[in-house]
Amino acid sequence: MLHRQTALWIVSILVYAFLYIPLIIVVVFSFNDSKLNAEWAGFTLHWYKALLNNHEMLLAARNSLIIAISASFLATTLGTMAGLAIHRYKLKVLPILAFTPVAMPEVLLGVSLLLFFLQVLNLTLGMLSIIIAHTTFCIGFVAIIVRARLQGMDESIFEAARDLGATPWQTFHQITLPLIRPAIIAGALMSFTLSIDDFVITFFTKGVGEPILPIQIYTMIKVAVTPEVNAISTLLMLLTLTLIIIATRFDTSMLRGESK
Amino acid sequence: MVFTSFRLPGEFGGLAPINILPGEVAGDSGLTTETYQFFFSDFIYIEIFLKSFAVATFTTLICIAMAYPLALLIARSRKKFRNLMIMLVVLPFASNFLVRIYAWMIILGPESGLSHFINGILAFFGIAPVTLLFSPFAVLIGMVYVHLPFMILPLYTNLEKHDPILLDAAQDLGANSWQRFWYITWPQSLPGIFSGSALVFIPVLGMFAIPDILGGTGDIMIGNLIKDQFLGTRDWPFGSTLSIMLTLAVLGTAGLFSRFARTRNPV
Repeated sequence: MLHRQTALWIVSILVYAFLYIPLIIVVVFSFNDSKLNAEWAGFTLHWYKALLNNHEMLLAARNSLIIAISASFLATTLGTMAGLAIHRYKLKVLPILAFTPVAMPEVLLGVSLLLFFLQVLNLTLGMLSIIIAHTTFCIGFVAIIVRARLQGMDESIFEAARDLGATPWQTFHQITLPLIRPAIIAGALMSFTLSIDDFVITFFTKGVGEPILPIQIYTMIKVAVTPEVNAISTLLMLLTLTLIIIATRFDTSMLRGESK
Repeated sequence: MVFTSFRLPGEFGGLAPINILPGEVAGDSGLTTETYQFFFSDFIYIEIFLKSFAVATFTTLICIAMAYPLALLIARSRKKFRNLMIMLVVLPFASNFLVRIYAWMIILGPESGLSHFINGILAFFGIAPVTLLFSPFAVLIGMVYVHLPFMILPLYTNLEKHDPILLDAAQDLGANSWQRFWYITWPQSLPGIFSGSALVFIPVLGMFAIPDILGGTGDIMIGNLIKDQFLGTRDWPFGSTLSIMLTLAVLGTAGLFSRFARTRNPV
């Protein structure tokens, strides 16, 4: 038995290493005093400074933040409603509507949103289209998290409240909402992270206007790879890392709720 | 409780048969199945589809192989370690998608330590040096790397629910550890494997960023093709046709997976 455990441990550690080493390399090389991501040539913050002077990049960061905040706000509101609805009304179609954007290949989502915006809504692509697009797939995530939280709750609390004479609004406001607040916060942070990181859907719905952070990174990767990419990557990683840690503090069940 | 679903994307299905070409190129109006004929006319499109399926299959299999031991270990660990271990699995997922791909560009790049190492060994045997990057190998690694957490988590969720009593009973009846695994753990874990596979296989089918960045010119997949049609050549009807093909493939695969992923009663 112990022998098998050891074998499992060894393989697992290798897998963990596989997951982490590439990222560690990116971070380490962001401090590398060399243009090539090859050998270590000395410690420098030069690339981070270059980032701060890169106007495109700063603009992209600002835009991405605006989008992420708006999208996560909208998605959290709508997603919470969706999660509540799915939990309340047992219709089969509701989960399908809310969760489809989460499970399908992003290309399809991007394409259909693109066509939808242009053909049906006649909307010029720009910040607004990106915000709507991000909201769309974030709603599903928030709904999953909220629903998972609701499923774990004891129904009798609500019944007790109603027995004591609370109106539906009071029940919702004073009981439901506080109870699912961790899930809502986790959902909001999750949406924010997804929005900041999103590449494929943004790529399709962005139009020709302002720069967005992941797109900037993509362009840098394709055109001229310098350790500036490492630097911005490290910063992004720090940001999303912090957010995810905070999110899971609020709602650890979210970790299990990844799959439908 | 207000349920809003109006934000979901609209259906793009209608465009494939309708020749509307926004952009500089003007097209004739009216419905036609021309694009579908075009799709089937040249074998290369089907070939790309098949290639994408192959990549998805290999990615899924490799993910299963790598995820299973880890998921098993976490499921069997003490409760207080489990959350930490799961967190460690999820954290890399927190980094930007592009960053994770970019990391492999560094590792597999021609100037990297790994390349020097491998080429050194090859040179010892008199074999010409190989480029690790911009190859199907790189694409595969990238795909596995990005999707591994999606396989680990559902598998873990499933394995966690297994009752160790069954294993004890089997041991009492004289089964060795391989038999215990194969006859008890494995069958029970199948729904988890299928859930995880669905979360890996389907997104991989539609991926384009990984082949785009890590692959060579011969490694394009369906996703690249679609993206090019929409944002490159602006042949929207054809792009839509491709998208519909992909959707059908996805729906078919998803249907298959969900049939197998439904929880079955343990032995």
